[in-house]
Amino acid sequence: MRKGEKFIEAFLFGCSALTLLTTVGIILVLSFETIGFFKDVSLIEFLTDTEWTPLFSNKHFGILPLLTGTFLVTAISMVVAVPLGLVIAVYLSEYAPGWFREIVKPVLEILAAIPTVVYGYFALVYVTPWLQELFPDQVGGFNALSPGIVMGIMILPLISSLSEDALYAVPKSLKEASFAMGATKLQTVKQVLIPAAFSGISVSIVLALSRAIGETMIVAIAAGQQPRLTVNPLVPIETATTYIVQVTMGDVPYDSLEYKTIFAVGMTLFIITLVLNNVSFWLKKRYTQAYR
Amino acid sequence: MEETLEKPDKPVSQKKPKMTFESKGRTVYYQLQDKIFKYFALAATSLGLIVLVLLLYSVFSSGFDRLDWDFITSLPSKRAAKAGIYTAWTGTLWIMFLTTIIAFPIGVSAGIYLEEYSSRSRMSNLIEINIANLAGVPSIIYGLLGLEVFARFLNLGASVLTGSLTLALLILPIIIVSTREAIKTVPYTLREASFALGASKWQTIWNQVLPASVPGIITGVILAISRAIGETAPLIVIGALTYVPFAPTSPMDEFTVMPIQIFNWVSRPQKAFAENAAAAIIVLLSITFVMNAIAVYLRHRSQKKVKW
Repeated sequence: MRKGEKFIEAFLFGCSALTLLTTVGIILVLSFETIGFFKDVSLIEFLTDTEWTPLFSNKHFGILPLLTGTFLVTAISMVVAVPLGLVIAVYLSEYAPGWFREIVKPVLEILAAIPTVVYGYFALVYVTPWLQELFPDQVGGFNALSPGIVMGIMILPLISSLSEDALYAVPKSLKEASFAMGATKLQTVKQVLIPAAFSGISVSIVLALSRAIGETMIVAIAAGQQPRLTVNPLVPIETATTYIVQVTMGDVPYDSLEYKTIFAVGMTLFIITLVLNNVSFWLKKRYTQAYR
Repeated sequence: MEETLEKPDKPVSQKKPKMTFESKGRTVYYQLQDKIFKYFALAATSLGLIVLVLLLYSVFSSGFDRLDWDFITSLPSKRAAKAGIYTAWTGTLWIMFLTTIIAFPIGVSAGIYLEEYSSRSRMSNLIEINIANLAGVPSIIYGLLGLEVFARFLNLGASVLTGSLTLALLILPIIIVSTREAIKTVPYTLREASFALGASKWQTIWNQVLPASVPGIITGVILAISRAIGETAPLIVIGALTYVPFAPTSPMDEFTVMPIQIFNWVSRPQKAFAENAAAAIIVLLSITFVMNAIAVYLRHRSQKKVKW
C-alpha cells in the first residue's frame, strides 16, 4: 500500500516535471541552432544590418527589418485594441446593466476562440480590399495595416476581460467615497478606478502585446513576405513569425545556414516574449499586494 | 451592485445645497460628459460585436454555397471546384485524438501533483513560474521544438505523432491550470472526512477529489483541445504538408489539417479557392464553436449543481 502511494506520487511529480523539461528543451534547441548560426554570422551583423535576405544569393542577415515588421503590426493592433478594450471594460463594469454584461462578455470571448487562420482570411479577403477602396492606389495587396487592425480585434477580449477584472477588484469603498463627493461615474472612473486598477490594466496590455508579437497566421496571410525596414503601414512587410513559416513551408535542408536562421529568429522572439511575460508577472504581483 | 452605486448620486442632486451659478453649470457639464461617454462606450462595445458578426457574415456569405457533401468527401485537387477537405478533416480528427490521449493524463496528473502533493518548496515554486511562462510562449516556438526534437532527433518525421506531441506540449499548461482550478473548488472538509474514514491520500484523491472536480477538468480539456485544432503555425513548422493526397491511417503517416488547408487556399490568388477556404472555415468554426459550447454548458451545469 505504502509503496503504491509512493509510486503514484513519483509518477505525478514526473508529469509536472515534464513542463520543466519542455522549457529546457525549448532553450536547448534554440540555443544549439542559434550558436551554430552565429558561427557563420556575426552578432553585430545580425543586430545592425538593415537587410534580411538569407534566401537570396546576396545574403544579408540583419534582423531589424523582421523586427520592425513585427513591431509595426503589433503597434497597429495595440492602437486598435487598447483604447477599445479599456472603454469596453469600463462600460461593462460600471455602466452596463447586469443582463447586458451577462450576454456580451461571453460573446466577446468568442473572438478569442476563433482560430487565427480565420482572422487571416478576414484580413486578406475583406479588410484589405476595403482599405484599398478607402485609400485608392495607396494600399498594397499585402500590408501591415490590415492584419494589424484584425489582430487588434483578436486581442480585444484579452484586454477587455482582464481590465474589467482589474476594475472590479478595486475596493467598493473607494468608489463609493468618490460618489459621495458628488463625482459622476466618468469622473470616478478617470480619477479613482483607473489609477487604482492601473497595474492590473497594464498586465492585460503587456500580455496582449506579447500575444500580438508571437501571432503568426494573420501576418503570414495578409502582411506579405518582403522584409523591409519601414514604418509605412501600407506596403508589404514581413514579420519574424512569417519568416519562420516561409522557410519551413519550403524545402530547406537540415543543417544549412538557412535552416539555422529560423532558430536565430525564434530565439529572438522567445527572448522578447519571455521578457514581456515576466514584466506582466511582476506587475501582477505588485497589484495583488496592493489590495489585500 | 447597481443599487449601491445609484444611492450616493441622488441626495447630492436632490438637495443641491447652496450652489453658485458657476458650480451648477460645472455639474451639468460633468453630468453631460458622463452621459456622452456612456453612449460612446456602448457604441465601442457594440463595435466589437459588429466586427464579430461581420466576420461570420463574410465567411458564410462566400463559403456557404460551396459547402456540400462532395466538398467534405473529396480529396484536395488543383481544380478549385473539385477540391475537398477529406484529408484535412481526417488529419484534424487524428491530431485531436492523439493530442488528447497524450496531453490529458499528463496534464491532469501534473495538476493533481501541484495542487495536492507539492509543498511550498522551491521546486514547486519553480514549476509554477515555469508553467506560467510556458503559457506565454508563442505557439510557433513549440513548432521549432517539435521540428528539432520529435521530427529530427527522434526521427518521427512530419507525422501525425510529431504533430500531436508538439500540440500536447502546447496545451499542457492550459490543462494543468484548469485542473488545478477545478481541484481547488473541492472543499477541504471532504478530504478530511475521507481521511477520517481511514482512506489514504491517493484513495481520497481518486474516490473523492477527482469525481467532484470532473466537470471542471473536462471543461478545461475541451477548451484546450479546441485551441489545439485551431493551431496552424506549429504544425507548418514541424513540416506538415499543405498537399496530402491520402488520409492518414496510422500515427506515422504524413498529414494535413483543416487550418493548414485553409491557409493553403487563402494564399492562392484565384477567387474560387478563397470560396473553398470560406467553406472550410465554416466547418472549422462549427467544430470550434460546438466544443466551446459544450465546455460552457458543462461549466454552467457544474456551477449550478454543486454548492459546497
